[in-house]
Amino acid sequence: MNTLDEAKAAVVEEFSMFDEWLDKYEYLIELGKSLEVFPVELKTEEHLIKGCQSRVWLDTKVEGGRLFFRADSDAIITKGIISLLIQVYNGRTAAEIVADDFGFVEQIGLRANLSPTRANGLNSMIETIRREAEKNV
Amino acid sequence: MKIDTVRSDFPQLRETVYGKPLVYLDNAATSLRPLSVVREWEDMSLKYNSNLHRAVHKTAVDATERYESTRAAVAAFVGAEFPEEIVFTSGTTQSINLLASCLEGSGFFSSGDEILVAESEHHSNIVPWQLVSMRKGLKIKVIPVNSHGEILVETLSELLTPRTKLCCIAHISNVLGIVNPIREIVDICHANGTLVLVDGAQGIVHADVNIREAGCDFYAFSGHKIYAAPGTGVLYGKKALLENLPPYMGGGEMIESVSWEKTTFAPVPGRFEAGTQNISGTPTLVPAIQTCKILRDREIAKEQEDIKAFMAKSLTSNPDITLYGNPEDPAKKIPLYSFSVAGVHHEDLALILDKMGIAVRSGQMCAEPLMNRFGVTGMLRASFAPYNTLKEAEYFIESLNKAIKMLK
Repeated sequence: MNTLDEAKAAVVEEFSMFDEWLDKYEYLIELGKSLEVFPVELKTEEHLIKGCQSRVWLDTKVEGGRLFFRADSDAIITKGIISLLIQVYNGRTAAEIVADDFGFVEQIGLRANLSPTRANGLNSMIETIRREAEKNV
Repeated sequence: MKIDTVRSDFPQLRETVYGKPLVYLDNAATSLRPLSVVREWEDMSLKYNSNLHRAVHKTAVDATERYESTRAAVAAFVGAEFPEEIVFTSGTTQSINLLASCLEGSGFFSSGDEILVAESEHHSNIVPWQLVSMRKGLKIKVIPVNSHGEILVETLSELLTPRTKLCCIAHISNVLGIVNPIREIVDICHANGTLVLVDGAQGIVHADVNIREAGCDFYAFSGHKIYAAPGTGVLYGKKALLENLPPYMGGGEMIESVSWEKTTFAPVPGRFEAGTQNISGTPTLVPAIQTCKILRDREIAKEQEDIKAFMAKSLTSNPDITLYGNPEDPAKKIPLYSFSVAGVHHEDLALILDKMGIAVRSGQMCAEPLMNRFGVTGMLRASFAPYNTLKEAEYFIESLNKAIKMLK
């Protein structure tokens, strides 16, 4: 498995391949579509991330000291964004996640390109992942 | 008049986003500003800036004259009987809140009284009435809309009771884009002794408003949707009704005389305009009204009709699209289209369209009860202004189809 830094660098590189924002969104849409199917019984209030404009559910499992995430959303681009986060943080230890600054999100320019309400949603997703990690440190 | 001539007066139409020409189809949220409005704002700020109604110096007199002649221009534009019937506010929302507060303060409502509110209202014509209802123990009854989005006027006879004091209804819904039969509703309500408030935020843009002909008691609208400066707005009220209302806020020139024993208030409309008015903004309503008149030119109206025909055909011929607000009589529809696409989230569509240079609105559009009525969490809305072209409508539909293909 690659390191957290390698995973982040890979995402940054992937994003830099697209010049146009429309293409970056197309990539996010593809990521959203390829996200593993989320069990419908997990779409509960408890798994809902508060503060997103569209509904986002996140489920966390801990195995051998590592965190594994599953997620879903009504909106495919939101699903793509959470998929991006999962791609980077899946299988990391709680300590690794807590110590991370999530700065790669700025690097790909995603936050700056979202509407303020969307950016809040992204922050909520990051906060939820961080909180889940904190619970398991 | 050629549409290109009109468009050249709106500099924002020449802007680009993400390297693409901006196609602005969020006009129901706010319109773009013409140069004439900006110049008036500039003149008021750089040449005539002075506080109103107070000082005797020349600049103050000139500024006051420009502000008060705006009142007369608005009165003439909407067909009010007297300029004093025009109260300047910060927008439709403040107009309605002012009315709600002053009606309450006048003792107009007693516990157990009823207010009718249409199902298709904007939150700004729902929540102020809910606030009054909570304080005064009133009952709000809802006038339903049918599946086309048309108000079921025939339900009024059942809904109206001797306790119904007020009926609150939009001239045109900001989601459905249907012109409501105001005159008919006013006649039915007045026969019951019920006053009528019309939320004209969209109506003032797309309909020839003649308040005296409509017969309504109050009419509220915003300046920023008819090209004027943001933070400007109007509450029209019949003079005899306004005269029975107490002040809204205290302070500034809303008084006649102030003493510890007894303060008396200015006559209407001054008593509703406490504090320093929007000196620079309100006079922009004059060039804004002029713009409204120019935009009613025959050639521009023809382009609007072409847009309407094209949009209606494009949106209703796609089986994946559900259009909300689709009256049987197309003459009742303004070029405002709220819809959903099967299997595609409205927010995703708005984000992709944005990247194609198109500004549209997505979400609940401040009309959550109406979203519930149609069983959706939100919609996508494209709303046209008279400066939009058929070419832009065609680009919108082409881009929409591309976005749907990407997202499906």
